[in-house]
Parts: sequence; structure tokens; C-alpha cells
Amino acid sequence: MSDGPTKLRRLEPAAIGGIMSREVANFRTYWKGTTFSSVLEPIVYLLAFGLGLSATLVDDVGDVPYIQFVGTGMVATAVIFSSALPAMFGTFVKHRFQNTYDAILAAPVDVEELVSAEMLWIGVRAAVYGCFPLLVTIGFGLDPAWGMLLVPFFCFVTALGFAGFGIAMAAIVAKIDQFNYVTALFVTPLFLVSGAFFPIEGLPEGFQLLAQLTPIHQLVELVRGGAFGFEPIDLVRFAGLLGFAFVMWRIAVNRMAARLID
Amino acid sequence: MAAIELRGAVKRFGPITAVDGLDLDVPEGICLGLLGPNGAGKSTTMRLLTGQAIADAGELRVLGHELPGDAKAARAEMGVVPQLDNLDVDVTVEDNLAVFARLYRVKDVGAAVDRALDLARLRDRRKDAVDELSGGMRRRLLLARGLVHEPKLILLDEPTVGLDPQIRTELWTLIGDLRSRGTTILMSTHYIEEAERLADEVALMDKGRIIARATPAELITAHAGTHTAEVYGPPERLTEVRSMAEGQGLPVRPAGPAIAIVGSERAGNGGIPEDAVIRAASLEDVFVLLTGVEIE
Repeated sequence: MSDGPTKLRRLEPAAIGGIMSREVANFRTYWKGTTFSSVLEPIVYLLAFGLGLSATLVDDVGDVPYIQFVGTGMVATAVIFSSALPAMFGTFVKHRFQNTYDAILAAPVDVEELVSAEMLWIGVRAAVYGCFPLLVTIGFGLDPAWGMLLVPFFCFVTALGFAGFGIAMAAIVAKIDQFNYVTALFVTPLFLVSGAFFPIEGLPEGFQLLAQLTPIHQLVELVRGGAFGFEPIDLVRFAGLLGFAFVMWRIAVNRMAARLID
Repeated sequence: MAAIELRGAVKRFGPITAVDGLDLDVPEGICLGLLGPNGAGKSTTMRLLTGQAIADAGELRVLGHELPGDAKAARAEMGVVPQLDNLDVDVTVEDNLAVFARLYRVKDVGAAVDRALDLARLRDRRKDAVDELSGGMRRRLLLARGLVHEPKLILLDEPTVGLDPQIRTELWTLIGDLRSRGTTILMSTHYIEEAERLADEVALMDKGRIIARATPAELITAHAGTHTAEVYGPPERLTEVRSMAEGQGLPVRPAGPAIAIVGSERAGNGGIPEDAVIRAASLEDVFVLLTGVEIE
């Protein structure tokens, strides 16, 4: 007979842990490829942008060597690409093609637990993979700093928000190719104006304001704070990221409930 | 207490009413076959019972839990075997089972996995990825996954749809074992033979409602009598025989290249052609007569 509890509450750790254990079991089958590309990509970017540009056009940004500027910025781009995209595509595939969520929701699990577990898993993974560009940049001459220890935490919170965004998008789109719109309209612009590759102060004023409101820019600034020294405003940035994660969580739960429950 | 009680359940999808005032009781310890053609509302009924669909009207109670409010608690005590294979194909057999043992809050996950592996007869394949299993093994694993927490009630949604006869027979043996252990089973199917072999009672569903319910034998006696005469021949002859039988008040249904005169024992002298093949009336006769849908 089932050992199930007599009273089932909201957001039960057992349900969330069960779903995450499924993700871990799957991850064991594909971690090598993901890890390989996560290490290689920042190396390629740093060689192309960092060494290439700094040898020909840019030496420093402020007091920071350009290669270190790009390297720290790439943490944020790694986070958006290892959270928003897997959330979008992974959720869509699991729901529409593999019917995984039908199986999970036939167990004592509700949509809120399902979405929360998926977000947490993506958050943890992005927190780890987000650190790779930083480690690679250290290999390229960036001095380690104590503040860098907070970087996984910043990555985790930001990735939660982008995971929520991706899950909500997966619930909203009708066909998988509609992700092209999402990528072109949201992900790529966010990535480009995040301040990862150039200071946003160089952008026209309106774009600057927009860029400053984006979560990815807040992460870029927080990572650079961790590497080169924090500022008081970083607390506001972190609070903004927490708010972003919370709002996206609720939207994702709401949209997935509408999609999964007839 | 009935394991499942539905009163006036209604589920609409836009202009389509998939479940239309459904009343259904499933007493504990029986296997009820929910038999109906495609689109009868069987799968929607299954989703209503797991809380994956919310009824627009009616009262639903599963194992004493009111739905949809208490659906999570109801799901903790029931097992579901879906129509579609939704196993994690890259993951090992035992990991597939362990994940669901955790989701069902089983305390001893290892023991539950071992038990399920024995049930599915897959102990020696536990470390293999699901992708490496045959179709029959995968279906057995799917069934074992739904039973990993030893539920009181099991919902089987078209458990053998699309399977070849050998795999179907294997599954029937497993379901038969469950039935003999006293597990309450609600099994939707559109295979007559499956319902006949496995179900203690059959509820015939059409257009979102139960249109007849009894044991297979009772259904046959009540709606099809004792014998059916099958007549083969060119279309003109079949038309002629049909009108003759209908003239005697006997129901006639298409049966592939033939027509079947149901309740042929009631025909008068000369009412049935001499070359007709007489056989015992079947649940298929009842199904086709009541739903108007020919068997695939």
C-alpha cells in the first residue's frame, strides 16, 4: 500500500524533490555534451571578442582589461542561454511530444510543484554553468576575488526568472517554431544590450534606460561587482532579480495550469 | 463505499460535450470495463478522475476524496496507466520506477522498485535504458510504474491500444493478476475482447454517457439474445435479407463483408437463410447495436 501522507499540502518538498530526481536521472545521460559546450563556448568567445577586439580596437573598459570585461559579462549570457532556452524547448518537448507532464500530474503532484521543480532544477544547473565563463576568465588572467563566491547565487536567482519566462512561453506558444519569435524579440536583444560586450553607456539614452531595466543587465553588473568590487546599488539590483524571479514564477504557474489542466 | 462515484459529471470543450451528465459507480474490488467507440468520452472521464480535467458540472468522488479540491490526495492512492507511452526513454528502467516511487511518497523506494521490477518481469533489465526494451517490455514497465506504490485503485486508459496480439495477451495476464488480488480497476477500452476477458462488469459509453451496464453475459442476453446469424453475399442479396429480417423485428448490423442478424433464435420459419452462419451472440453485437459504430 502507498506510504503517502494523509494530508497533502502545497509545494511539498517530496513532490519537488521527486521531479528534480527525474531531471537528475535524465541529466546523467547528457551532462557530458552540455558541460563540454559550456566550457568551450566561453573560451571561443574570449578568444574571438576578448583577444581579437582588445588586440585591434579596445584595450580597456574603464580600468578593466577588455578580456576581463567580456569574461565577466559572459556569465550573464551563459545564464540566459542555459535557463531561458532549455526552459522553453525542454518544457515544450516534455509536454507536447513526450507527454511527461501527463505522467507526473497523474501522481500526487500539482502544477505549482511541477513548475517550481523545473525552475529550481534549471536554476541550479545555470548557477553551475554560469560559473564556467568566470573560471575560464580567471584562466585568462582575472584575479580571483571573495565577491565571486556570490556569483553562483546571483546566477541561480536570475536563472529562476528566465526559467519561469521560458516555461510560460512554452505554455503560450502553439508550435515549437514560434520560439523563433521569442528568441528574436526577447532573448537576443536582452543578450546584446546586457552590457556583456560593451558598456551600455554607449547606447542611445532610450536604449540605455531599457537596458538598465533588464534582469540580465543587473546580473552583468552584480557579477562585475563580485569580481571588481560591489556598490550599494547592487542590493537594489539583487532585489530586482528576486522580484523578477517571483513574478515569472507566478506567471509560469498560471500559464502552465491553463495549458495542462483541461 | 464505492471507489469511484460520479453524479451528473459534465465536461465541455467549447461546443463539444465530451462527458454529458455521466453517472458512474465503481464498487471496490471489481474490474469495470469502460467500453466505447473513439470519442465516447472515456479518456476525458479518466482525466476527470485524476483531476487533470475539471468538470463543468456534477459531483465526483474518488476513494472518498472530493474532486477536484482533493484530487491530489486521491491521486496518492490511485495508479494510472496511460494510453500513450510516456516513459523517459534515455533513463534506466529502475530510475523510471524510482522517480515515480518518490513522487508517490513511498518510504522504501528500493523495495518498491524491486517489487515493480518483479511485476513487470524486468529485474534483469533494470540497468538498461528504456530505449533498449521491446514494445512489450515497455508496456509492462508502464503498468508497473502505475503500480509502484501498490494503489487501491488503478485506472487503465486503453492499456493495450495499438499493441500486437502477443503483447496484448501478456498485458492481459498482468491485469488478470491484479484483478485476482482484489485491486479495483477501471479500464477504458474499445476492444471488445479485452472487456469480455478482463471486466467483471462492462459499462458501455457513448456520446459522454453510460448507455448500458452489466456483466458481459447479462448485456448479451438483454440486448442480443442468444444467437446471431451472419449472412454473406453480394450487396443486393444482403439488402434483401436485411429487409426480411427487419420485417420480423430482428435488429441487423453490418459485420464487415456480411450482415449480422442479432437474436436470430427469434426468427420465424424461413426467416434466416439456410446458408447463414449461426454463432453465439457476442458483446460485439451489443456494442454495434447500441452505439451504431462498427468494430475496427
